[in-house]
Amino acid sequence: MTTLTALSLTEARAGLQKGDFTSVELTQAYLDRIHALEPKIQAFLNVTTDHALASAKSADQRLQQGDTSPLLGIPVAIKDVLTTKDIETTCASKILKGYIPPYTATSVQKLFDAGMVMLGKTNTDEFAMGSSTENSGYFTTRNPWDVERVPGGSSGGSAAAVASQMAPVALGTDTGGSVRQPAAYCGIVAVKPTYGRVSRYGLIAFASSLDSVGVFGQNIEDTALVLQAIAGHDPCDSTSLLAEVPDYLTEMRKGLEGMRVGVPKEYFADGLQPEVAAAVRAAIDQFETLGADVREVSLPNSEHAISTYYLIATAEASSNLARYDGVRYGARKNESTLWDTYRATRGQGFGSEVKRRIMLGTYALSSGYYDAYYLKAQKVRTLIKSDFDRAFEEVDIILGPTTPSTAFKIGEKTDDPLEMYLSDIFTVTANLAGVCALSLPCGFDNQGLPIGLQIHAPFLQEARLFRAGYAYQQATKWHQQHPTL
Amino acid sequence: MGATTTIKYEPVIGLEIHAELLTNTKMFCRCPVVDPTISPPNTAVCVVCTGQPGVLPVINKRAVEYAIMVGLALNCEIRETSIFARKNYFYPDLPKGYQISQYEYPLCINGWLDIELENGQTKRIGIRRAHLEEDTAKNTHLNDGTSLIDFNRSGVALLEIVTEPDLRSAEEVEAFARKLRAILQYLGVNNGDMSKGVLRMEPNISVRPIGSDELWTRTEVKNLNSIRNVARATAYEIERQISTYESGGQVIQQTMGWDELRQITVPQRGKEDAHDYRYFPEPDLPPLQVSHEWIEEIRAKMPELPDVKRQRYMDELGLGEYDASVLVADRAIAEWFELAVSEGGDPKNLANWIIVEMFRLMNKDGLEREQISEIKIQPAQLVALIKLVEDRIINNNTAKKVLATMYAEGGDPVEIVKAQGLAQETDSSVLQAAIEQVLDENPDEVQRWLNGEEKVEKFLFGQVMRALKGKADAQILGPLLNTALRNRHE
Ligand SMILES: [Zn+2]
Repeated sequence: MTTLTALSLTEARAGLQKGDFTSVELTQAYLDRIHALEPKIQAFLNVTTDHALASAKSADQRLQQGDTSPLLGIPVAIKDVLTTKDIETTCASKILKGYIPPYTATSVQKLFDAGMVMLGKTNTDEFAMGSSTENSGYFTTRNPWDVERVPGGSSGGSAAAVASQMAPVALGTDTGGSVRQPAAYCGIVAVKPTYGRVSRYGLIAFASSLDSVGVFGQNIEDTALVLQAIAGHDPCDSTSLLAEVPDYLTEMRKGLEGMRVGVPKEYFADGLQPEVAAAVRAAIDQFETLGADVREVSLPNSEHAISTYYLIATAEASSNLARYDGVRYGARKNESTLWDTYRATRGQGFGSEVKRRIMLGTYALSSGYYDAYYLKAQKVRTLIKSDFDRAFEEVDIILGPTTPSTAFKIGEKTDDPLEMYLSDIFTVTANLAGVCALSLPCGFDNQGLPIGLQIHAPFLQEARLFRAGYAYQQATKWHQQHPTL
Repeated sequence: MGATTTIKYEPVIGLEIHAELLTNTKMFCRCPVVDPTISPPNTAVCVVCTGQPGVLPVINKRAVEYAIMVGLALNCEIRETSIFARKNYFYPDLPKGYQISQYEYPLCINGWLDIELENGQTKRIGIRRAHLEEDTAKNTHLNDGTSLIDFNRSGVALLEIVTEPDLRSAEEVEAFARKLRAILQYLGVNNGDMSKGVLRMEPNISVRPIGSDELWTRTEVKNLNSIRNVARATAYEIERQISTYESGGQVIQQTMGWDELRQITVPQRGKEDAHDYRYFPEPDLPPLQVSHEWIEEIRAKMPELPDVKRQRYMDELGLGEYDASVLVADRAIAEWFELAVSEGGDPKNLANWIIVEMFRLMNKDGLEREQISEIKIQPAQLVALIKLVEDRIINNNTAKKVLATMYAEGGDPVEIVKAQGLAQETDSSVLQAAIEQVLDENPDEVQRWLNGEEKVEKFLFGQVMRALKGKADAQILGPLLNTALRNRHE
């Protein structure tokens, strides 16, 4: 028998249904692998062994009763910004150390209802603010391809867990690229659905108008299956969309023939690592070979995306993080006056990047600056959105690199926040426009580090992402490469 | 000698009103709305209204409906698209660190309300806006320096109404406050209880020389637990500002609190730094869309409001303007009155008895008029009492005594009259005997009457009435007495 943890979700599902192994056995195999690899990778803030084995046991009961639900008994890792009832949820922040949520996020609950087995809560940049997990209040997660390098972020824990096969699939969140960038760095697949496609209820907010729950998988099919389970309207989230969820697996297999593929000319400018450019160009050629109609498009306002993003995201964050005052939950540093207690609690509880963003956002919203910063950013956001609207009148999907370069070394960019922000340059536009996007592996650089190909599709067209990605993966083997650990 | 110029000032006042809406659940979650003075602390709370990480608000449709009703009653324009915004500040009673409110695009704008002044004229007061927001939690500060927070109130739907600075006196403020409160009660969206803070009114007050159209520094007065105190505090603050200017001082822009014990306004300390609330559109809520059809649906099912009701009382029930105004001034009074009318009472008679006699009894008892539904007298019983008078079973004076008994102890007037033997004496032979006895006992008065002093007849009437313990049927007694006096001529 091959190692159970080497199986994809789809393969594991078949094994469980046939009775080749039980969910408890599968879960235990992952727990053992986590035990073996965690010291090296540090993907998990909290491994929920007891919870996992209990869930696996009840999944086995359902399996025995002939339940064929697609995700039943399959392990999953959950980013620690999604709340889990009775299980500590910290957003990798010291300010939430010991916080036990009284409720479970809708997206996670849907996975529980589908019979999935949670292995643990994964590391992230504090409150999802970062691109490397170096801003975690606890530790930095390692890239399984090179443990001297970052896994990307903020969902670096989930990405590293899937890439190192400590979990077959995982949930992350994506506010400016936080599932796609680490997926690219770690050589796996990640989808950021359309804003509102998946409920945000229980997603601990960083930037409410940009936050999306995303999915990591080793291939397109696995990723699509998990999105299928979490997508849909939630009465608890007024921004979640009412639209029907199509059957992704059926849509996925429709092939590339006749698909119009756009390549933004702005995406191949200076600053792009040559191997990344070459790999993405090769992938585009592959699409053409597979029957796609490739043409150039323009997203002229992309150059303003980073500044727009950092104004809107920080403004919303400054407000979203106001609730961490030590009054009702989390860590409190008691001082003699209320205001000193606030200062001490927040001063000691938040890390420096979080404080930087709270200050930036507070400034952008403050009286006298609101029009020049926040309001203007909202106007540019509308322009970026219309860039996509216009492009999608001509093409069905847009292809490009996920990141300008491959994974960087731990510590390489920590002294230069701006340099760090630029690693999100290709990903933030999807969040600003609200459209869906996906990253999948399309090659390796000279140092053997994975390269990500990004696909954008219009509002609610996740099926098109899967269709394009699936066709590409049928013809290529990049997604079958795994790091040696 | 230089001429002393005396500047005459006029006050410029606007009102800010916060009304908790009588919805079953809170503004953005499904927690029940409970009476904070009855429910134990933190028993009507959930993850949303305690601001747990990751929660999201969902708009309470009923609250929107109520806000639209108020907007329509205040002649506002109802926006088909309005936007919720976050008002950011730190305080322990604010669990999210921001209050969800409306800022640039409120639901209701540009309305007005006519108030009736004492000189009989009406004055139109502009309504700048009315918008929805959520209430804060309630802090209790203990003597040992600790503070307790009750989140039962956190997230309760609030309607904030802001007038234009059109009010010019404490009297106008009071008239506006009473009328607005009546409207909220008529609509059933607020119970008007200011003592529990369910309804809060805060005047913004400044003064300026008459004839000027600039706005001078204003102060805001808080902590007002009754309309009477709103009027008193306004009057005090106007005088304070005028005397400040007259003594060469400057009014400082600040929040004042009403010290009820000393009957003065005092500067409030605390959350007083110039706040920058950093309003921005609430990203967790899409713009609130209100269809024209829905607005019309709400308009169609709105209850009759005071002005319309007053006109109907005058046109259909034949009441005078004063009586009609008093009866419609509060929903509870109008409801009581209409119940009595539906029991078959004569509207004019009822109005008279309610306004003169019942309100006098309530006033003596320290009750406000709007507490009419709490008294022991039931509408049907007042109707029955009036019928006893009309049927001449009892006379007016007895009826007043019976009413007092009904007020104090409750009970049916017919029973009271029977039990206490209060029915009128209508037997002419009994009356005749009493008359003769009184005339015999008062020969001097009889003589004076015979000499043409007619007013003595009234005195003798009173004596006979007294002899019969006030129960004589006056309509029979009068002519009998007159005949008996005439008979003494011989
Ligand atoms: Zn609640």
